[in-house]
Amino acid sequence: MNHVLTSGPVWYLMRASCVVSLLLLSAVSALGVATTSRLRPARLPRFVTLALHRNVSLLAVAFLSLHVLTAVIDPDATVRAVAVILPLPSSRYGLWLGLGALALDLIIALIVTSLLRQHLAPRIWRALHYLAYLAWPVALVHGAGIGTDSGAMWMLVVDAACVAAFGASVALRLLTAPSPASKHLSPPRVRVAP
Amino acid sequence: MSVAVQPRQRVATLPRLLPPAGADASLGAHIERYGHLPGLRGEGRALISAVEASGLRGRGGAGFPTHLKLAAVAAGRSPIVVANGIEGEPASHKDSLLMQINPHLVLDGAAAAAACVGARTIVIAVNRSATSAHASLAGAIAERAGAGSHAQFELVTPPDRFVAGEETALVQWLNGGPAKPAFVPPRPYERGVRGRPTLVQNVETLANIALIARHGPDWFRELGSESEPGSMLVTLGGAVGRPGITELESALPLRAALERSGDSDGAARAVLVGGYFGAWVPLVSALDAPLSEAGLRPLGVSLGARSLTVLPHATCGVVETARLAAYLAGESAGQCGPCVFGLRAIADAIGSIAACEPGANDALRRLRGVAPQVTGRGACAHPNGATRLVASALTVFRDEFAHHVAGHCTARSFEPVLPIPAGRAEWR
Amino acid sequence: MSRRATHLRVNPIRCDAFGHCAELLPELISLDEWGYPIIAEGPVPHGLQQEARRAVSLCPRLALLIEQRDADSA
Repeated sequence: MNHVLTSGPVWYLMRASCVVSLLLLSAVSALGVATTSRLRPARLPRFVTLALHRNVSLLAVAFLSLHVLTAVIDPDATVRAVAVILPLPSSRYGLWLGLGALALDLIIALIVTSLLRQHLAPRIWRALHYLAYLAWPVALVHGAGIGTDSGAMWMLVVDAACVAAFGASVALRLLTAPSPASKHLSPPRVRVAP
Repeated sequence: MSVAVQPRQRVATLPRLLPPAGADASLGAHIERYGHLPGLRGEGRALISAVEASGLRGRGGAGFPTHLKLAAVAAGRSPIVVANGIEGEPASHKDSLLMQINPHLVLDGAAAAAACVGARTIVIAVNRSATSAHASLAGAIAERAGAGSHAQFELVTPPDRFVAGEETALVQWLNGGPAKPAFVPPRPYERGVRGRPTLVQNVETLANIALIARHGPDWFRELGSESEPGSMLVTLGGAVGRPGITELESALPLRAALERSGDSDGAARAVLVGGYFGAWVPLVSALDAPLSEAGLRPLGVSLGARSLTVLPHATCGVVETARLAAYLAGESAGQCGPCVFGLRAIADAIGSIAACEPGANDALRRLRGVAPQVTGRGACAHPNGATRLVASALTVFRDEFAHHVAGHCTARSFEPVLPIPAGRAEWR
Repeated sequence: MSRRATHLRVNPIRCDAFGHCAELLPELISLDEWGYPIIAEGPVPHGLQQEARRAVSLCPRLALLIEQRDADSA
C-alpha cells in the first residue's frame, strides 16, 4: 500500500468533502426551487437564475467526486470501488454505505438527464428530476448513519441547517407548484340572449 | 403520362363525388359507376405528376397544393397514409356525408395516395360520433377484404373536438396521445405516426385523386377555374332554400350557389364563410365573389372547409357570434397561455355585450385590445381563427353592436342558428 | 446564396409563463397581461446574440428556441 496515503489526510479530506457536499446539495435544491417558484419576487437578485442552480450542482458534483474518491483510496475505509455505485452489503458499514451508493446513483441520473435534457421529452425529464427529492434524504441518512462525526455538535448544527434548507424548498415547491393545470379554465358560460 | 384514361363516364358536369341520393354504396355498384381504379404498382410518381397537372388543392381547409404534400411524403422512408375524415367544424358535414354515401371512392383515393408515396399502412380517421360514416366505411373495407384486396385499411375514431382534425392533433392521437395540436417542426410529412413520414390528407381530396387516377388531369380541369380547378363539396346552412351538402364547381359565384339551393332569405345581410374557423362577410359584397381562395381574398376571408351559413335577417349577429366565441374558447386544447386566456377574455367580453350587460363600452375596448395579444401566439391556428371571426363580426355587425352597447337588441328571433355541439367530449 | 439570420421563437405549449426570458432579454421580449412572452419581430441583433442564447439556456421549460432562418423571411 502506498505509504503516502496515510489514513490521516485522506480520511479527513473524505469527511470534509462529505460535509461540503451536503451543504452544496442543500443549496442546490433550494436554488432549484427558488428559481422556478411562482412566488419568486421581482426583487430577487438577478444572479439567482438557473445558471446558478446548475453551477452549484456541478460544484457539488466536484466535491462529491472528491468524497467518493477519497473513500475508495483511503486504506482505512475499506470501501471497494464498485460499492460506490452498487449498493452492496458491507460487513463494516452495512446499510449506510449502500444508501450512499444509492444517493450517488440518483445524483448521476439527475446530472446525466439534465445534460441530455434537449433530447428528452419534457414530461420524462421532469419526472426524473423529481428524484432529487429522494436523493437528498438518502444522502443525509447515509451521512448520519456512516459518519464518525454524526454525534458531534457542529455536525448536528450543519445537519439541522441543511434539513431546514431542504425542508423549506420542499414546502415552497408544494405551495407554489407551477403545474400544467394553470392553463385550464372552466368553459365560459354561454349567456342566453337578452 | 402513363395513367390510363378511362372512357367511361367522362363527365364535365356535376356530380362527380356524390352519387345520386339513395344509390347503392356497394363495391359492385361503385365499379359500375366509376370503373376500376387503374393498377398503380410502380405508377406512383406518374400519379403525383398527374395530380400536379390537375392543380388539385387540399379540400380540408388549408388548400395546400396536393402534389407537394404527396412528393414530400414520398421522399421519406416507410411512410403512412392517414385519410382525414375528421370534421371538427360543426357547420360542416361534407366529409361525413362523402364517407357515408361514397366510401369506396374514399378508399380508392387512400389506396391511390398510398401508391403515390409508397405506403403500406393506410389509416382512415372518422369522427367518433359519425356512426353512419363509420358503418359505411367498415362495410366497404370488409367488402374489399372479401374481394381479395391487398390493401390494409385501419379504421379509427378520434374524439369529437374542434381541433382534432388538425393534422398534428390527429397524428398525436394516433400516437397514443390526446387529439391536441403539436408544436411544429417537425411536420407530419417529416415525422408523424410512429415517427414515420405521414401523409394526412382530407377524404374529399383523396376521392378527387381517385377520379384523377381514372380520368386524368385534363378531365379534372374541365370544371372550376384555372388556379382552383375541379369540384368541391359545400355545406350550406342557415337561411338558404335547401340547407345541406351540395357539390359545386370550384370558383362558382356565391349567388349561383345560393340560387341552386333554392330561395333564400332575401333580407339576409351576412354570411359566415368558412365555418367557425372562418369569418363573417356582408352578403351584398359576397354575392358576386367566386367561391375560391383567390375570389374571396379581396373580402378578407378564406374558403376553409367550405361551409357557408347565411344569417337570417331576424337573427342577431352579435348574439350568434357570442355563442360561437364561447364554444371556441371551450374548444381550446388548453396548451398555450395566450389561447386559453385570450379566447376566454374574448368570449367573456362579447358575451357581456350580447347580453346587453352594463359596461359594454369597456367590453368593446377589451375585445379590441385582447385580439392582437392572441393571434399568432398559439401552437396552432385555433386562436387566430377565433380572433378573426370576432373581428369580422365587429365590422359586419357594427350597427348591432351599437344597439347592444346602448342596451337593447333589435333581433326578432333568438332561435340559435349556428349549431353548437352539446356536452364536452374527451381528448382521448 | 441566402444569408441566415438568428431568430427567437417560443414554444407556446411548453411555456408556463415563468417570465425569465423577459427579465434576461427585455430588449426583445416583453410579457402579455397573462405573463406569456411576446417576442419582437425580426432577427436577433448582432449585439444581443449572446444574451439571446443565454435566455434560451435559462428558460425553466426550455420553451425558448433559437432558429436559423433565411435572412429574407419574416
